[in-house]
Amino acid sequence: MRKVLVLFAHPKFEHSEANQALIQAISGIENIEIRDLYELYPDFNISIQAEQEALFEAEIVIWHHPIYWYSCPPLMKQWIDLVLEFGWAYGPGGIYLKGKYIANAITSGGSQEAYQYDGRNNYKIEDFLRPFEQTARLCNMTYLPPFQVAGTHKISAFDLKKKAESYRKFLLELRDAADLSHFKNL
Amino acid sequence: MNGFLVNAILYILAAIICVPLAKKLGMGSVLGYLIAGILIGPYLLGFITNEGQGQDIMHATEFGVVMMLFLIGLELEPKNLWKMRQLILKVGLSQVLITSALVFGIGILFEVQWQISLAIGLSMALSSTAIVLQSLKEKNQMNGPNGRLSFGVLLMQDIAVIPILALLPLLIIGDPILSTNASEMHGLIDSLPGWAQTLSIFGAIGIVVLLGQFGFGPLLNYVAKSRLRELFTASALLIVVGISFLMELVGLSPALGAFLAGVILANSPYRHALESDLEPFKGLLLGLFFMAVGSTINFSLIFNNATTVISLTMGIIVLKTVILMIIGKSRKLSLSDNLSFAIGLSQVGEFSFVTYAFALQLGIFDQSISDTLMAVTALSMTITPILMVVLDKVINPAINKTHKTIEKEMDSIEEHNKVILIGFGHFGSTLGRFLRANGVEATILDSDPDRVEYLRKMGFKVYFGDGTRADLLLSAGVMDASILISALDNTEYSIKLVELCKEEFPHLEVMIRAKNRYDAFELMEMGVKNIYREHLDTSIRMGEDLLKKLGFRAHTVHRLAKQFRDYDESALKVLVNFKDNTDEYISKSRQQIEMQESLLSGELMRKFSVNDHTWDSDSIKEAVNSEEKPAE
Repeated sequence: MRKVLVLFAHPKFEHSEANQALIQAISGIENIEIRDLYELYPDFNISIQAEQEALFEAEIVIWHHPIYWYSCPPLMKQWIDLVLEFGWAYGPGGIYLKGKYIANAITSGGSQEAYQYDGRNNYKIEDFLRPFEQTARLCNMTYLPPFQVAGTHKISAFDLKKKAESYRKFLLELRDAADLSHFKNL
Repeated sequence: MNGFLVNAILYILAAIICVPLAKKLGMGSVLGYLIAGILIGPYLLGFITNEGQGQDIMHATEFGVVMMLFLIGLELEPKNLWKMRQLILKVGLSQVLITSALVFGIGILFEVQWQISLAIGLSMALSSTAIVLQSLKEKNQMNGPNGRLSFGVLLMQDIAVIPILALLPLLIIGDPILSTNASEMHGLIDSLPGWAQTLSIFGAIGIVVLLGQFGFGPLLNYVAKSRLRELFTASALLIVVGISFLMELVGLSPALGAFLAGVILANSPYRHALESDLEPFKGLLLGLFFMAVGSTINFSLIFNNATTVISLTMGIIVLKTVILMIIGKSRKLSLSDNLSFAIGLSQVGEFSFVTYAFALQLGIFDQSISDTLMAVTALSMTITPILMVVLDKVINPAINKTHKTIEKEMDSIEEHNKVILIGFGHFGSTLGRFLRANGVEATILDSDPDRVEYLRKMGFKVYFGDGTRADLLLSAGVMDASILISALDNTEYSIKLVELCKEEFPHLEVMIRAKNRYDAFELMEMGVKNIYREHLDTSIRMGEDLLKKLGFRAHTVHRLAKQFRDYDESALKVLVNFKDNTDEYISKSRQQIEMQESLLSGELMRKFSVNDHTWDSDSIKEAVNSEEKPAE
């Protein structure tokens, strides 16, 4: 069983029904640790030590966040800036993340259709997530395709419940599957 | 004097023996007191020999009922009372009228003179405020559906006393025995013409309202400033006694007047202080009252006329229960609530003793009728608490098992907050403002009467009182609260408070303001987790601003300040272990300070904080350059 670390960043979690449903679906499961970054670091003073220790123990890492202006909320970026240190995560001696798997789990107001080349946002969600993909690559991690809940402004309670359930399955499979190579091509 | 002491010992001993026993058996204190009264009364142990003594005590301690209504009034804000007006009027009035009418009718059927029947009917319609409210409070049902309904009925009955007393003299058939005594019962305004009587009744109510609104506040403020607690208690007593006197003067029920005054004072800052000061008086007086009732039960009369007395008692209990059940049904009470409501109110009340005596003096009753009725009343007051025990232990659990009832949500009479904030000086009021700005209402206590008045004017709901007193905290609702904040500026009081909470209210989480690190040490040793040194944050914030003025970048300073504070807090946790050993303490704290300073200054010298290599390209540049150099 692999250890899964969910790094969750939402500046107004109490108002996000979608993320509440997702987080609820994955809470209290063995070997799935959720770090609620905005609750841990309300003043953006991220404890690098604590974060690196959590990373070190995990084999699967999830950046779980809403998409704001085609990117992540600022604390998530702060986390990347501070925690993925030169000489620890990359560069000479930066070997501690090597071989781990990482993926984005994202919620977006825009629908699936909006994130197409002929859609309103002109690019696919994967294109907007390139910085994350490249970050992972620089740290010698395997970047997996994202888990996405799109169109959260209009989603029905039923669909949301289904999505939350599939998020749970997604993480359980990452935790338990013997071989993760098929994930890369999803 | 000797007799008094002996009596006092007897009563108290009987109470000490019977009441805890009754409570242990789940019977409630009322029944315990009644049994204690019976026990020491003339028919069992015979400690109290003549009945007159019991009656005297009963009359004297009826004042407990007045106090109880004053206290209930204190918990009921005028706007909530106004919301209950329908309930009081409809439910209460129909209960009084229907019961009186039916008893009257039954009397006529048995060919009792109509005047006597009417007097009996009116007396029997009333229930015992003392027994019912005391039991409801003990069972914490005052805010439940049956509690509210019971309260409405009792309040209407208290109002009904006025017309009943006015009506009785019109029923005179024989010669009044003691006409002078009778007029005493009725107050001093009897000699006035009708319109003047009405006018003086309204005048008296007006005086109570005006005093409550404008008189009592300044009086209590003046007294509170003397900081003599007994004087405050005395003033509280003065208010209740004074109102009772005024009400009796115009022939109104003192209980009703006290209730009115209580309602008006419910919004006052002295509410919780008044409550906690009067509570023991009320409890003692009511206890004595119930014992007196128990001791006046005339068992020889009951045994001689067993059939009459018992059938009358049972008859009246059943009749009242049935009427109340129908009323409860019409108000959509669930079956178990309805049973509690109906049986709870089915006894004849203490006020009937007054009407019997009055009717006797007026010559409506003869001595034997009056004696029988007294026995019936006292017996019914003893039987209904027993019935209630049966109901609570046997019948209601059975009902609730068969069909679960979803209780309708009633708006509560009292407001109870999760947070209690003690001390509302500059520190506390800033905190209170912040809480209020975020929709968190706290129950606020402060012991400076002037400040309380001032803050009240500014719209804060502050109550006067010493927050380190358990009784005051209780009346401020500490049992329903989960967090207690001490913003007191004197740590000694805070320590007292922490001790009190540990002993009496262990469910509370305490958050304490501390003056400095020495006070913080003391609090830490007592196991307090949440300690807030008042100068820490302000001085660091000042330092932050200073550094910014000296040209430091704001964000860097912000992060450094946070680090400094964290270091300081963790250093405190280390230093607390050495605080008693001065030498070690000094060396340890010097070590701590040095460490702190070196860490921080090191960061400054290197112009970056240990924390964020990423934002400094120095190390990357170094690495990149060293890689590139060989290639060059």
